[in-house]
Order: sequence, then structure tokens, then C-alpha cells
Amino acid sequence: MKILKIVVLLAALACAILFPLLFPNPAIDAMAVFTLLFTCAASGWNIFSGYTGYVSLGYGTYYGLGAYAMALICRSWNIPGGYTTFLLVPLAGLATSLLAIPLGWISLRVRGHTFVIVTIATLYVFQLLAYNLQFLTDGNSGMTLPIPPWSAWDFNVPFYYVALVLVLLTIGVSWWIRSSKYGFCLLAIRDDEERARGLGIKTGTYKLTAFVIAAFFAGMVGAVAAYFTGSIFPPSAFDPTFDVAPTLMVFLGGAGTLLGPVIGAVLLEPLQQYLIVQFGAVGLDLILYGSLMLLVILQVPRGIVPTIRRLWVNWRTSKNMAVRHSGEQEENAMA
Amino acid sequence: MRIIIESIILGILTGGVYALMASGLTIIYGVLDIINVAQAIFVILGAYLSYELEYYLHIDVFLGLFLTIPTMFLLGMAIERVCLRKFKENRTMLSILVLYAVALIIQGVENYLFTPNYVQLQTSYSDASLPIFGFHLLYIYIFCFVLSIILLTVLYWLVYRTKFGYALRASMQNRTASALIGIDVEQIQMITFGIGISVSAVGGLAFGLTNSFNSASSFDLISRLFVIIILGGMGSLRGTLVASFAMLIIQDVTAVIWQPVWSSTVFFLLLVLLLVFRPQGLFGLPAGRKQ
Repeated sequence: MKILKIVVLLAALACAILFPLLFPNPAIDAMAVFTLLFTCAASGWNIFSGYTGYVSLGYGTYYGLGAYAMALICRSWNIPGGYTTFLLVPLAGLATSLLAIPLGWISLRVRGHTFVIVTIATLYVFQLLAYNLQFLTDGNSGMTLPIPPWSAWDFNVPFYYVALVLVLLTIGVSWWIRSSKYGFCLLAIRDDEERARGLGIKTGTYKLTAFVIAAFFAGMVGAVAAYFTGSIFPPSAFDPTFDVAPTLMVFLGGAGTLLGPVIGAVLLEPLQQYLIVQFGAVGLDLILYGSLMLLVILQVPRGIVPTIRRLWVNWRTSKNMAVRHSGEQEENAMA
Repeated sequence: MRIIIESIILGILTGGVYALMASGLTIIYGVLDIINVAQAIFVILGAYLSYELEYYLHIDVFLGLFLTIPTMFLLGMAIERVCLRKFKENRTMLSILVLYAVALIIQGVENYLFTPNYVQLQTSYSDASLPIFGFHLLYIYIFCFVLSIILLTVLYWLVYRTKFGYALRASMQNRTASALIGIDVEQIQMITFGIGISVSAVGGLAFGLTNSFNSASSFDLISRLFVIIILGGMGSLRGTLVASFAMLIIQDVTAVIWQPVWSSTVFFLLLVLLLVFRPQGLFGLPAGRKQ
């Protein structure tokens, strides 16, 4: 069983690594880059919101902060486009997580519904700031990032591998947290915060660190996405749809699980891109995406991974029961 | 000085309208324990409905409310019945996602039917104004304010003086106990959601008369409504009222004495200060442990 798992994971990894070689079409690769970035974002979102149960709908804030941090660093240091520019991505993530400390501290003063709303409001505050702090962000006219000197044909490939590294890093950190004492403390906060505090868990510190870790990944995703698209504007960097996309992916896959966010992102992001390409021109993409989202939440409210796990357990127990049952019958027959 | 008085008066007038829109959010939150993230898109939908009635059937926008309010009420009840009722566990989050999906669908429909071009509601008296204290106050602001105050009064009367209101407040306080004494909590929830949505018909009318809008205007609007209900304290109608007036007055005064672009930022800053010193909002109760 364990060997099977490892083989499947290695096969998935090999497919991911070979993907740009198998599909050299730039359009497909661009889609793949975004899918990987969203996988990373969904896993990062899961680290805070999935494990602690504090649903943050302001994840787009940190994506935008990362994007602007990247643009500002590149502009102030006159960084040219190229492979070395990717080294700045962790720096942008770090800058984002520094900003996330006070923001997290303020928004974590409230719980439940109010927390959700405060996080939504945060996004709009920063969008507004991006419009208004013109000396820093150039406001409405947006900022441009250095253009990498690669040809159009394999332009996407470096981004693809950087995004893949980010995904592996996020899943690794997520897995490490999930199996460490720290992660158990986060899950305890999700299940019953008061009791967790009663048992001596420093809930405030734990929540804030998880919040900052999640922001770090969102910042890096934002930085790579900004570099990939080449220019950022207040509404595209602080995008309300980015608030909801990772949330939806995680809930589709299964909140608080390790692979749920990955599955959700890999299913949803290509679908959304496809809908935009296919139906965006006639304006039906939002309606289709919304309807699909509605259908999924109404039909699979627990998420794919927990639902499958439950089906699996049910199937196993029913099989065991059947075995035991037939065994009993044989015993009866013997007697 | 005169310009400040003018902005305060405008703030009070638009504050009344925002109070009505936000009170829809508040009672839905109070009774259903759900944040209606789609509230703003319903406001825009209400504005479009008024616009279409005026455009095709030449019905005056204020008279058109007799059609749009019941329509929105039925729409709200239908959405509650189909999308929200079935959730028993993890309601908070799933309902937010479902309502977001509903908002996306409505936004898509609006984009499809009405195009993303900005429109504004027009009436024959849109430009008529009342000279007062030496400046001119547009009548539509006054009409919308009066209408909102009337509807807010009706809402208060409904919630605090009728049998339905008693049942509603009982379900706000304790669902299980209300069900035990024979209140049909699910029906109350459905009607409440309908009421919460139907006020956005009026909100939409006022919004459409005073701003040009398209389906994306809802994003800006919803952030303001959210800030209002947090500031007032979640689930408190009185808090909603006070917070709306405070927000709009502060915004309009900032716009005049500083710059219009900073008007919302000042208010958000106040929100941050409030969260630091009084996380439960102005009139909210401290968060207790849920049993």
C-alpha cells in the first residue's frame, strides 16, 4: 500500500517534470504555469485556513503585495530580466510575510464571521492604497516588470519549473506542518480553540505564525505571476477573484487535507481558463463557472478527498462485515 | 465651512440609503448566521431592474418599486430554499461559497444581458434641486433618503412589534429553543432572507440614481457594506444605522477637506483602530464561546 502510494507520487512528479517536453505548445504551458501557481496558492491557503479553520477570504491581498514587492524591488535595483530575477521571488515573499505580521495581528483579534469579513475588507484597503500611493505604485497606470530575454516559443518553460519548485516547496511545508506537533496544535485550534488554549497552546502565536507562513507563499506566487505577466495594475494585483479561487479549490479538494488543495487546483484552474477561452467572448464564462461551483458545493460539500476517503472506509468495513458475516454463517453451519 | 455642512448633509442623506442596504445584511446575518456576500450584486440587480422597467415600460423608477421589491423578495426566498437550507454542518463557510457562486452567476447574467457599459438611472426630475442654506440639494437624494427611512421604520416595526418579529428574534437568539416552542425556524429563515434581499431593490434604485453603475460596481459596494456591519457590531440593527451615517459623513467630509481618493481610506483606518480597541464593533456583544 505504502509502496503503491510512493510509486503514484513519483509518477505524478515525473509527469509534472516532463509536461513542457510533452506539450511544447506555449498556450498550454501558460495554462500549466497558472495551474501550478494556483496549486501553490491553494496549498498555502490550506496551511492557515484549512488547518486552523479560520477562513481567510483576503488571500488576494498577499498575492498582490507579493506582486508589488517584486515590481518595486526590480525597479529600485534596476534588475534586468533573466534567470537570476527568480532569486528575488523568496525576497518578495519575505517582504509580504513581514507586512502580514501586523495585518494578521489586527485581523486575528476577531473570530468567525467577522474575521472573514475583515479579511475581505483588507483586500479592498490595499487595492485602494495601490491606486492612491502614486509615488510608490504609479497608481492607475500600473507597473511593469523586467522582460526576460527568452524567445516566445520557450518563454513559459522557466516559469513552469519555478512554479513547480514552489508547488513542491509548499506541499513539503504543508506536509511537515501536518505531521508535526505544531500542525496538531493548529488542528486543535480548529476543533476547539478555547479547549486548546486551556491545554496550554499559545493560540495567538500559533495562528499568527500560520497566517504569516500562508502569506509567504501567496507573496511568492504573486511575485512569479507578476514576472510572468510582465505588468501589474491595482485591480489585477488585488483581485477579488483571487480571494475566492484558492478557497474554492481547497473546499473542492477537501479542507485540512494535504492533497485536497492540489486536486482542487488541478481540476479547477484549467477548467476556468478553458471556460474563459471558450465562452469568454460571448460572456457566458462567469455564468458557467458560477453554476458549476454551485453544483459542486451543493453536491460534494465535504470536498473530494474526504468524500472518497469515507467511501473507501465504508467499502472496506462493508467488505469486512461481509467476510465476518459469511464466517459466522459457516460457523453456524458447522455447529 | 459651508462646504463642510453641505457634505455632512449629503453624508446623512446617502447614509440612510446605506443603512437600508446594510440592514438587509444584518438581519440575514442575525437570523441565518450567514454572511450574504451577494448582497451588493442584488443591489446592482435591483438597479438594473428599475432601469429596464423605466427604459422599456416607462414606469417611473419609484413606482417601479412596487414590482421590483416583490420580485427580489421571491428571488431571495427561492435562493434560500434551493441553495442554503440543506447545509447543516460547516454552514458559515459553505454558505459564503454558495452565495459567492450565486453572485458570480448573477454578475454573469447582468454582463450578458446589459453589457459591461456603465448606465445610470434617469428620471425627469433627476436634475431638480432644492435650494437650502445657500446650496442646491438634488431632490432624488431627499426622495431616496425619505424612502429608506420609511422602509427602515417598517423593518423595525416588523422586527420589534409584530408576531413575526418575535419569532424572528427568537430564532436569532436560539434556533433550537425556538424550534422547540413551535416556531417554524426554516420558514422564518426563508422569509428573512427574502426581506434581506428585497431591501436591496430600494438600495439599487438609490444607488442607480446617484451613481453610474455596471455589474462590477458590486465589488466596491460590498466592501463598504461589510465595513459598516463590522463597525456597527455584527447583527445589531442599531449599530448598522449608526455606522452607516458615521461612514458616509466621514467619507464626504474627508473628500471635501482632503482629497476624494482618500475618503474610503480614512474610514478603513478607523475600522482598523476599532478592531484593535473594540473588536466586537460599536454595538456588538463580546464574542462568547459557542456551545
